[in-house]
Amino acid sequence: MSAMAASEVLIDCQSVWKVFGDNARAALRAIADRGLSKTEVLQEFSCVVGVSDASIQVRRGEIFCVMGLSGSGKSTLIRLLNRLIEPSSGRITVKGQDLSGLRGQALRDMRAKHIGMVFQSVALLPHRTVLENAAFGLEVQGVARARRLEVAREALARVGLSDWAGRLPRELSGGMQQRVGLARALAADPEIILMDEPFSALDPLIRRQLQDEFRSLTKELGKSAVFITHDLDEAIRIGDRIAIMRDGVIVQVGTAEEIVLNPADGYVADFVAGISRLHLIKAHSVMYEPAAWARARPEVDVGALPRTHPEADIDALIGMVVGSGQEGVAVVDGGRIVGVVTPRGLLQGVRGTAPADLSVV
Amino acid sequence: MSLGDLAVSPGAWVAPAVEWLNVNLHPAFAAVTRAVEGLLGGMEAALLGPPAWGVIVAAGLLGWWLGGWRMAALAAGALGFCRGAGLWEASVETLALVVVAVALSVLIAFPLGVLAARRPRVEAGLRPVLDVMQTVPPWVYLIPAVMIFSLGPTPALIATVVYGIPPMLRLTTLAFRQVPREFLELGEASGAAPRTILWRIELPLARPTLAVGLNQCILLSLAMVVLAGLVGAGGLGAEVTRGLTRMEMGPGLRAGLAIVAIALLLDRLSRASLDGRRG
Repeated sequence: MSAMAASEVLIDCQSVWKVFGDNARAALRAIADRGLSKTEVLQEFSCVVGVSDASIQVRRGEIFCVMGLSGSGKSTLIRLLNRLIEPSSGRITVKGQDLSGLRGQALRDMRAKHIGMVFQSVALLPHRTVLENAAFGLEVQGVARARRLEVAREALARVGLSDWAGRLPRELSGGMQQRVGLARALAADPEIILMDEPFSALDPLIRRQLQDEFRSLTKELGKSAVFITHDLDEAIRIGDRIAIMRDGVIVQVGTAEEIVLNPADGYVADFVAGISRLHLIKAHSVMYEPAAWARARPEVDVGALPRTHPEADIDALIGMVVGSGQEGVAVVDGGRIVGVVTPRGLLQGVRGTAPADLSVV
Repeated sequence: MSLGDLAVSPGAWVAPAVEWLNVNLHPAFAAVTRAVEGLLGGMEAALLGPPAWGVIVAAGLLGWWLGGWRMAALAAGALGFCRGAGLWEASVETLALVVVAVALSVLIAFPLGVLAARRPRVEAGLRPVLDVMQTVPPWVYLIPAVMIFSLGPTPALIATVVYGIPPMLRLTTLAFRQVPREFLELGEASGAAPRTILWRIELPLARPTLAVGLNQCILLSLAMVVLAGLVGAGGLGAEVTRGLTRMEMGPGLRAGLAIVAIALLLDRLSRASLDGRRG
């Protein structure tokens, strides 16, 4: 039951397209019939393909990052999820409801109660205090003033801004303003939070701090989030899973480890080239099968190796190998040895390649 | 046929049209005249009923409430000058005319301005109309207005409103266009209804530019009071006209300064009320 709930799909996009322009309909048909490329569509129909055949599932309790450079369509994609932008074709279901079927008030209710959004530009109303800004979502829902201010105060406390409630937004630093934006989204208690490059404009130190805070807060409150970023480090730091977008196409979806170890194409490989593997790759990705390893190295007693768990990262494994002076580390799962990590495997892991075959062990 | 025969003479068809309107729609125009005179008369009565010092003190209190003691001093001082110059009744008449004209201008210009900001086509259609309204000398459209409504405050008010609409409308459009996109997205993403977005997000963000529009509307409307005097609307305009026709410097200058005082009063009070108490 709990496993079911944990993997429940909250947002389901099925082959969603967004084509901008007056001839979008004709362009879309031409793409389907003749398989035109993005450039051909632009030349022939003067339409811009924003999102092309995107299918993603965001599960309950998950932080789903969408990583792409500017113009990759990630901002369009996130706006399709609360229908700030209408899809040209395809189907988007949020909490079991088909978004395209919602009209007027029903759509507004869906946005107000279930889908919060945080913007890169924060968009705090300059003439309102921090507290009133945080209460804006509830105000829209018609919650009485005393009640909404109380809830907003709690939300501000969560992001550590209780002392600033009475100030105006311009008195706050960029990082603090973005926290208010987060508090505003949290105050309405939506299950899903859409984050549109919220930390991109902040300086690196503050950004990192906010990333950690955001991740722990989201997990603590049991929210699900779609997080847009152009920074792969950020996506890895925050995301449970990452989708990589390029030219409107989702090139690859997976955990940070999967993407780094098995990039789908050269584009993704270039991207992950500079990423440090030390904390990213786990024992289970670099270990050898124990029986095969025992055959290759009969002189070593597997049972005597120091032990660790499958989720130990390379950094920890290196520490163990160096500290113990042994041939390797045994990976134990459920009381059973499921693999062996050797210095050679670790070196390959640091480079981001899967372990080589055992003949060269 | 020579080129000389191609003379353009719009008056040849405008005049009969006005004549026709006058004959056939007279009751409607009479009703408009009655409504305008009733409105102006009511305001004048309200301001002339109590003693002048009472009104001056009330203006001072209003100023204090809107913008502290400096605003109070300015409001009381402006009206006090009008009283001191012996132009109390004329000033009140002018004040009433301008307040009503500005209110009507805003009532017409604001919704149209918002609409124009949202629909580029509406703006494209309005632009030439506004250009004409601003460039045709008011004396010209005053002729049919006087023909239809006869002399008095009504044609003056109409001329003033026509003159006051363009700045308010243009600046309303500009003000709403300037609202950054992300705030509109915020409204939509929060599930706000269009009405809520208009009043809670757009209007506050548009306020500084709207204040400029209102200010222009007030000052241009005041500039029309002299013309109003010419067509028998009374007020300070009549005093200026009298000074001009008799070539008397004193009364003309006094009335002119009273107009400046009224302008200051309306401008500062309206600005203070739009600026709001915060930021």
